[in-house]
Amino acid sequence: MSATSLLQIDKLNKSFGENQVLTSVDLNVVAGEVVTIIGPSGSGKTTLLRCVNFLETYDGGSIQIDGREVGFTDSVSRKRRGEADLAGMRAETGMVFQSFNLFPHLTAEQNIMLGLRRVRKKPHKEAREIAQHWLARVGLDHKADSLPSELSGGQQQRVGIARAVAMDPKVLLLDEITSALDPELVNEVLDVVRQLAVEGMTMLVVTHEIAFARDASHRIVFMADGSGRE
Amino acid sequence: MGYQLSFTQIWANFDKLSGGLLLSLELALISIAIGALIGLVLAIWYVSAGRIGRTLISAYVEFIRNVPLLLLVYLVFYGLPTAVNIAYSAPVSFVATLSLYAGAYLVEVFRSGLDAVPKGLMDAGKAMGLTPWQRLIYVRLPTMTRITLPALSNTFISLFKDTSIASVIAVPELTYGAQWINNKTFRIVEVYAVTTVLYVVTGYVILFGLRLLERRFRVER
Repeated sequence: MSATSLLQIDKLNKSFGENQVLTSVDLNVVAGEVVTIIGPSGSGKTTLLRCVNFLETYDGGSIQIDGREVGFTDSVSRKRRGEADLAGMRAETGMVFQSFNLFPHLTAEQNIMLGLRRVRKKPHKEAREIAQHWLARVGLDHKADSLPSELSGGQQQRVGIARAVAMDPKVLLLDEITSALDPELVNEVLDVVRQLAVEGMTMLVVTHEIAFARDASHRIVFMADGSGRE
Repeated sequence: MGYQLSFTQIWANFDKLSGGLLLSLELALISIAIGALIGLVLAIWYVSAGRIGRTLISAYVEFIRNVPLLLLVYLVFYGLPTAVNIAYSAPVSFVATLSLYAGAYLVEVFRSGLDAVPKGLMDAGKAMGLTPWQRLIYVRLPTMTRITLPALSNTFISLFKDTSIASVIAVPELTYGAQWINNKTFRIVEVYAVTTVLYVVTGYVILFGLRLLERRFRVER
């Protein structure tokens, strides 16, 4: 257990009713590291990821980001954080989803600006500049005013990535971000992720892209039946 | 077949119809606005409420939906003032009734709209660190509005037509104007034909406007 772990998961347990999804999972990610989780469907990969930003609660064990317990005020009392507190913790991580989940009523630029304005409390002008910067970074500066419905799947997912990284998160969580894409659109998305990896973004990645896992990540964790092995 | 169509006296008294139509629109607009507020607040309350809150809201909705609007109008205009000794004018009474009525239907529309907001969008809002209120305001309500617009249009048209019931308590809206002309001129065919056309055209114009809005705000998926 390195003391410099940015993300530290200890003996994580999680079950949905009778079904034990995660069994004593340990995982440490240091700053700048890209860790990929692979494994068969139903092995708990996505659930693990969703526990890290507390979209799912966990039954036992601990998850700490930068030394702070994620969903609870501390890992011993397991008192759930209040909603505002929880929102603040979640802002420490960015998440990109399999189904993009862009807000359909907002343009690409507005999707990115929402968190910057309302969570990071940036003034409109600054939020807009950051959004434009990241749209350019994912090659979509010309699509700033497009609604998600006017973008291809690959473009939507690149906006999804831009929306997450623009918030300057400590850890980026990528949940099967290419699974819903046509094969020819996969690479334009993975290229963006590779570039982020090179620049030192800390990432926890769930994917089926074995080739990507091999060449872009520092470490691969194989999950089966709710526990992980390196 | 001795009935000769003659519209002369209809046109002579047309101010009763045009003024009535304006009042109908006014009654509908105010009631829809108040009803939408009631519906929205209760729908938001419902989706986050416990058992007691939900039971109360359901009781309101079921009560209103199972009592004929005509009877509600009588209850509020004749029953309530007698029972609790307060007085209000017929239009105010009708607006109150129609608002409560609209509210009950709109709770259901908004509630199903809130439920229909994809869970992934709420997750995205959570993941970026929005608080529950921010998620409601910036994610859930805008998405819900777009999902519910078609159902809202239908409810609005229905409520516009329901203003005709105000005629039974002598609110001088369109149907009342028609009855007034009929009583005075006995031109029963002409006056109701003209009135029907006024309802149809107005209803269609409202619907057309709302459809434009829908197209503008459609959620593509």
